[in-house]
Amino acid sequence: MSKFAKKKDGELPAVSTASLPDIVFMLLFFFMTVTVMKDSSLKVKNELPVASEIKKLEKKDRVITIFVGKPDAQYEKMFGTEPKIQLNDKFASPSDVGSYILMERAKKSQDLQNVLTTSLKVDKDANMGIISDIKLELRKVNALKVNYTTGSGNAFNNMD
Amino acid sequence: MARRGGAPEVSAGSMADIAFLLLIFFLVTTTIETDAGLDRMLPPIEPPETDVIIKQKNIFQVLINKNGQLLADDNQIELKDLRAKAMEFLDNNGDKSCSYCKGKKNPESSDNPDKAIISLKNDRETKYSTYITVQNELVGAYNDLRNRESLRLFKRSFVQIEADFLSPEIDSDLKDELKEKVQRIQKLFPQKLSEAETSSSSN
Repeated sequence: MSKFAKKKDGELPAVSTASLPDIVFMLLFFFMTVTVMKDSSLKVKNELPVASEIKKLEKKDRVITIFVGKPDAQYEKMFGTEPKIQLNDKFASPSDVGSYILMERAKKSQDLQNVLTTSLKVDKDANMGIISDIKLELRKVNALKVNYTTGSGNAFNNMD
Repeated sequence: MARRGGAPEVSAGSMADIAFLLLIFFLVTTTIETDAGLDRMLPPIEPPETDVIIKQKNIFQVLINKNGQLLADDNQIELKDLRAKAMEFLDNNGDKSCSYCKGKKNPESSDNPDKAIISLKNDRETKYSTYITVQNELVGAYNDLRNRESLRLFKRSFVQIEADFLSPEIDSDLKDELKEKVQRIQKLFPQKLSEAETSSSSN
């Protein structure tokens, strides 16, 4: 018998799948590291307006978020249909904003406490009264850096 | 009798399946989002100790009523004209002290960009979307003027320079250089946008 006997035709060698777990693990670690779990569920309608002159909010740990909008359908009975403020998981009144900011600020490390930004995620159908109240509360606790969080786009599309 | 000696090997065949399961879970829950928006500074609550007297002509007053109509310096204008009007006001150079301005030098309008103040006032019932659009246009007016100067001085737009400066990936040598540029442009057209307390709606 020759040492180099021809293999039988039509018999393809199987592709090794031994490295498959490695590849999948690599992908897994990528997604695990980029995932940010939502820490609060949204209880208000939150359709942000759009603007074109926007700046990115870098560094999530320096941002405190306040949501404003009409309560969702299941909360309408309790809270009505007027736009409300949502802090963390609870509905709140404008007077709670100050203490919330102070509480959140105390949670951050010392060197971040002076560079915090308050991100206002406000539904585009809300009116300015509630925003003015929030702004006044923010000024009272000296949280002066705000970011009106918006989508990006042509600002005139807001008007329809 | 079972064979002894050497632990039996654990089959790793299902490892891929487990990893896939986890992978799919993280794939589904991931939202890669970067928030963006209009940065503004609120005025401190304590009033400044010395009262500064500001000439009426150095203030560009923008009022928004509850129906979203605009009043700019006592004329009703359309939203789309606001940016041009604001730029004209900022760039006016009434006292001819500003060498880079290209405005009309109208003595009835602002003295120079350093003194020009835009005051924004809105009603409690103004819609948030209208307010954001107005804010966007006013910030846009400043950005357009700053871009113009930045392109003249550094051959790059101000918005680009600032975005580079703020991005976390930049190394510190370059950052200092960019900071200087940003501050220089900001000094040419300082953003003086004041927001008074909202008036309550009367009829």
